[in-house]
Amino acid sequence: MGLPGRGLAGGLATTFRTMTRRSITQQYPDVSPDLPPRTRGVIALLEENCTVCMLCARECPDWCIYIDSHKETLPATTEGGRERTRNVLDRFAIDFSLCMYCGICIEACPFDALFWSPEFEYAELDIRELVHERDRLALWMDTVPPPPPLDPGAEEAKEIAAARKAVAAPAPTGDRHGEGAAR
Amino acid sequence: MSVLDLLLRLVLLLACFLVLPLVVGQIEHKAMAHMQSRLGPMYAGGFHGWAQLVADGVKFAQKEDVLPAAADPWVFRLAPALALLPYLVVLALIPVGAGQAVVSADVGIFLVLAVMGIGIIGTVMAGWASANKFSVLGALRAAAQLLSYELPLVLAAASVAMAAGTLSLPGIVEAWRPWWLLWQLPGALIFLVAGLAELSRSPFDMPVAESEIIFGAYTEYAGLRFALFLLAEYAGIVVLGALTTVLFLGGWKWPFLVGGLGWLWTLVKTLAVAFLVIWLRVSLPRLREDQLQRLAWAWLVPLALVQLMITGVVRVMG
Ligand code: SF4
Ligand code: SF4
Repeated sequence: MGLPGRGLAGGLATTFRTMTRRSITQQYPDVSPDLPPRTRGVIALLEENCTVCMLCARECPDWCIYIDSHKETLPATTEGGRERTRNVLDRFAIDFSLCMYCGICIEACPFDALFWSPEFEYAELDIRELVHERDRLALWMDTVPPPPPLDPGAEEAKEIAAARKAVAAPAPTGDRHGEGAAR
Repeated sequence: MSVLDLLLRLVLLLACFLVLPLVVGQIEHKAMAHMQSRLGPMYAGGFHGWAQLVADGVKFAQKEDVLPAAADPWVFRLAPALALLPYLVVLALIPVGAGQAVVSADVGIFLVLAVMGIGIIGTVMAGWASANKFSVLGALRAAAQLLSYELPLVLAAASVAMAAGTLSLPGIVEAWRPWWLLWQLPGALIFLVAGLAELSRSPFDMPVAESEIIFGAYTEYAGLRFALFLLAEYAGIVVLGALTTVLFLGGWKWPFLVGGLGWLWTLVKTLAVAFLVIWLRVSLPRLREDQLQRLAWAWLVPLALVQLMITGVVRVMG
């Protein structure tokens, strides 16, 4: 407890100081907002990577990913070889009226086919039009930013660490100590 | 004073009465926005939203004129006018420069304070005629507030009148000396605080406390009538600013640039007080009803009496 009225004066000082500073408003439709990296705007699909494993659709808590596919048989590449089957994607759609942007599908995808894009201007007049098909999801791939650099001192991604190890010790010698030294 | 001269003055007065509240309103929009790190209106009129209040006025004019079924139609319709007109009368009595008042009265200060108190009747009428319990509560709160704060207001004004030895507003400005700023400082603060309370401005806006009684006496109003009440609020700020200027800040007097430009100083000082009023609104939380009454009776009235005593002693000694 200081002088009486100190709190009042403090409040007045705060508002006045705020007034002399630049306001933080972003004039959105005129000026595009500067969004933080990893903004969860919309989910983009990199079709080439998708193997139709259905993990994303199964993990989605809202069941709002719709995937249709069929199997295709590829003829054998060598004489007398075995025929191979592969999945072909027929439909990939996400219903953004149900999606809660939890990002579980993106985490679950083992083939890096789903990405967060910061794009957010896809409002529709009818809620049913928020189901976006694969062509629209693929278009959004162009807006996916490169991954932000790691924080200083952060642990390297596992894949990169493994690749580095492979380069440093090319021939598997079975010598565990050598491997340790290469690190 | 010829008829033409009087007519010119009246037109000028009306123009001031319609424009100045809008200017204050716009300053409030912008200052409040920036104090909250926002931009405020930016589109209407092109340059930083200068025409926002004009646009608001057009919007209000287009709205439906709603009359509650149980309302007392005549009183309901008359209330906004009664809330607004007293301020027009007060503004007419304000001397903006040496000998430049629309009307001059020998007992100006008396008249001004008396007329200012009439505005509250508009609010009480509005509250009663709306046939709404929140409106009645708001109106009674406003009336109770006026009753408590009228006393310190009048005492503070009386102190200046005593110092100047006259009841006329131009006379007070003539007698005013810069050192009065210090001598009459408590009186000026009391006058401003009590004036804020009379206008039901934050932090004394209990009568329109939206979390408790919606919008007090104005709850049932819409469209143009509501706009008139809003205009009355801002006209009240202008009048309070002008009165504070005339009584405590030396009116048109200034160390330089006096000449014929005295009215400019009156305007600048009035707007400065208006800014202070806005600043207080942005910064301070609303007082509770009991705190509000306590402030008036336990602090302002005794302080005003002390101020009156100081004034008297200095007058007798000097
Ligand atoms: S972000 Fe969550 S809710 Fe949306 S599609 Fe992916 S898993 Fe489903
Ligand atoms: S988890 Fe990835 S690869 Fe599997 S279906 Fe979904 S998007 Fe395709």
